[in-house]
Amino acid sequence: MKYADEFRDKEIALGLAKAIRAEADPQKLYRFMEFCGGHTHAISRYGLEDMLPKNVRMIHGPGCPVCVLPAGRIDMAIRLAERPDVILCVYGDLMRVPGSQGASLLKAKARGADIRMVYSTIDAIRIAQDNAGREVVFFAIGFETTTPPTAVMIRLAQKKQLENVTVFCNHVLTPPAMQNILESPDIRNIGRIEIDGFVGPAHVSTIIGTAPYEFFAEEFGKPVVIAGFEPLDMMQAILMLVRQVNEDRHEVENQYSRAVNRDGNLRAKEEVSDIFELRDQFEWRGLGQVPYSGLKLKRAYAIYDAELRCDMHELRVDDNPACECGAILRGVKKPVDCKLFGTVCTPETPMGSCMVSSEGGCAAHWTYGRFRDHQQRRVS
Amino acid sequence: MKAYQRKLDIRNGCVDLSHGSGGRAMAQLISGLFHEAFGNEWLARGNDQSAFDVGAGRMVMTTDGYVVSPLFFPGGNIGSLAVHGTVNDIAMAGARPLYLSASFIIEEGFRFADLKMIAESMGEAARTAGVHIVTGDTKVVERGKADGLFISTAGVGVVPHGLDLSAENARVGDRVLISGTLGDHGVAIMSKRQNLAFETEIVSDSAALNDLVAKMVEAGGRGIRLMRDPTRGGLAATLNEIALQSDLGFHLREEAIPVKPGVAAACELLGLDPLHVANEGKLVAILAPENTAAVLAAMRAHPLGRDAADIGEAVADDHHFVQMATSFGGGRIVDWLSGEQLPRIC
Ligand code: SF4
Repeated sequence: MKYADEFRDKEIALGLAKAIRAEADPQKLYRFMEFCGGHTHAISRYGLEDMLPKNVRMIHGPGCPVCVLPAGRIDMAIRLAERPDVILCVYGDLMRVPGSQGASLLKAKARGADIRMVYSTIDAIRIAQDNAGREVVFFAIGFETTTPPTAVMIRLAQKKQLENVTVFCNHVLTPPAMQNILESPDIRNIGRIEIDGFVGPAHVSTIIGTAPYEFFAEEFGKPVVIAGFEPLDMMQAILMLVRQVNEDRHEVENQYSRAVNRDGNLRAKEEVSDIFELRDQFEWRGLGQVPYSGLKLKRAYAIYDAELRCDMHELRVDDNPACECGAILRGVKKPVDCKLFGTVCTPETPMGSCMVSSEGGCAAHWTYGRFRDHQQRRVS
Repeated sequence: MKAYQRKLDIRNGCVDLSHGSGGRAMAQLISGLFHEAFGNEWLARGNDQSAFDVGAGRMVMTTDGYVVSPLFFPGGNIGSLAVHGTVNDIAMAGARPLYLSASFIIEEGFRFADLKMIAESMGEAARTAGVHIVTGDTKVVERGKADGLFISTAGVGVVPHGLDLSAENARVGDRVLISGTLGDHGVAIMSKRQNLAFETEIVSDSAALNDLVAKMVEAGGRGIRLMRDPTRGGLAATLNEIALQSDLGFHLREEAIPVKPGVAAACELLGLDPLHVANEGKLVAILAPENTAAVLAAMRAHPLGRDAADIGEAVADDHHFVQMATSFGGGRIVDWLSGEQLPRIC
């Protein structure tokens, strides 16, 4: 805990807040997107918004793996789990993600599907060992950070010659999604968001390094600061971004040098690229089809691919038309702009994906920040 | 006493369906194990109910079911928990708990040795709290139909005339006190769950609070508006409930809220908020500002209130928000937990 305390020191925080206020030019707008849901969560949980001047605005990006998983993939998993020979292993926060027509894994489990919440891919291996004769499918999701553990699981299954374990692969990649947001033209009904810089995800960069972000700095002229998840990390990263904007620089800077370097974790990258390959397209909730943004198992590992082994069929379902997740994930709208926010859509009854995980923009605002809406109304 | 055909083999034996059948085996289990552990004059009479005197005052009654997993955890087990939980529910009314009932639903195959340990710690917890378990029930269900053992307890107590602690009593300006560190029980339980086992020295705070409450009432009297034990859902759920029932809001200071470093670290690791984690030996008291100092002093003088703290105040708020100034300098809401508490994936 000592470790974390150092990154939550109030005095240092107030000092950083003061520096941001002093250096942010009141004539300018600073719109920074924190891509990663972990950052969104930290901003809300520590109330960082209150510490920033009005012209420094944080935009919550699509970086929560639960939020960007399309309803169709949930439906596919439910269908699979309903087969009596299948045990589906999932991370807990997927349980409540809405599929089509209000379906969810939690409801499927209540109706009798054998769905087990696991905390690591190793749990899935153990379950497969204990249940010879049944198909154990691991519902793999997440960004670059959670892909290596899935790779480890496949290696382990190979070593133990387990024949009853497969992976339903939904791993996605950060840089293509950032590019998609930056390149997306004015979208009808949504509009376009101006972004002046990115806070880059730390955990992802411990694996892939900082190099993949250099493209954004160079091609799009956007500053990127890789930051840790402690509140002080965030504040420092914001100050670094303000400085880059003021100095008209656009570079990749690394606030999180205590764990991140330019090249990342070479062994993990090798392992991942040995087992996985790019999909041509992958659907993101809110962003639609994003080219080369998702991973699947390579041919050589086809026996571990649930989509092939269990003969799963791609399902596509449209989100609730009133749900503004798409605009929220792109940072064009705020949660309160959605008519469903806080009325029919709450963390107990999520309509859209942004409300499901505590890292989603809507859930974070509902859970930690909604008192500000009332304060603002009172002031105006 | 009656002679039984076979003796309970506590060391190696286990509960089978005959122990719930109403026959001799059941009688033997009850007298050989439960009566032994709870030992008191009411049970000894062997009736299906107990008659007892209650002193002057209003009766308080409560009931609760215990389905905790694992059954044994650092700092207690399902038995002591069942006694503490019910004693505390009574004590939160400012009442003196007197008598408890205990009902057991046991899964076929449950080991006598474990049952004995659980019954003995119930007996012990009751004696320490000064209450008697005076009636009970035993059912045995087939293997697979219960997770080892479920316990229900009910309890009665008496609250002196004139004392009326109730959820709708809080007023704007009242102080919020908490009797000690938050989240110990929930983290102790989680540390022993399959899949999740992690190293921590945190033990459950499970304890009977009636003595602490008596001292608080002595010091604060009518200035105490209400008390509640923040069990499942933690402090967050308790304060949100009170905000609704009393039609106000709360402002808390995160810096003032005591959390053990080990609990904070475990919560960090699992992506949980200590304010949502369960407690079994803590209470929240809302009281008039002028009584705060005396009550806080009385709490701190008691072993179960050593870390007591004043963590915030009641404010006027139509939205019933529980707001908190973070130790970092910002502001946030402390909301109910939504759904089950599930660790985040990354
Ligand atoms: S409030 Fe709900 S429905 Fe509206 S955008 Fe957010 S998640 Fe979608």
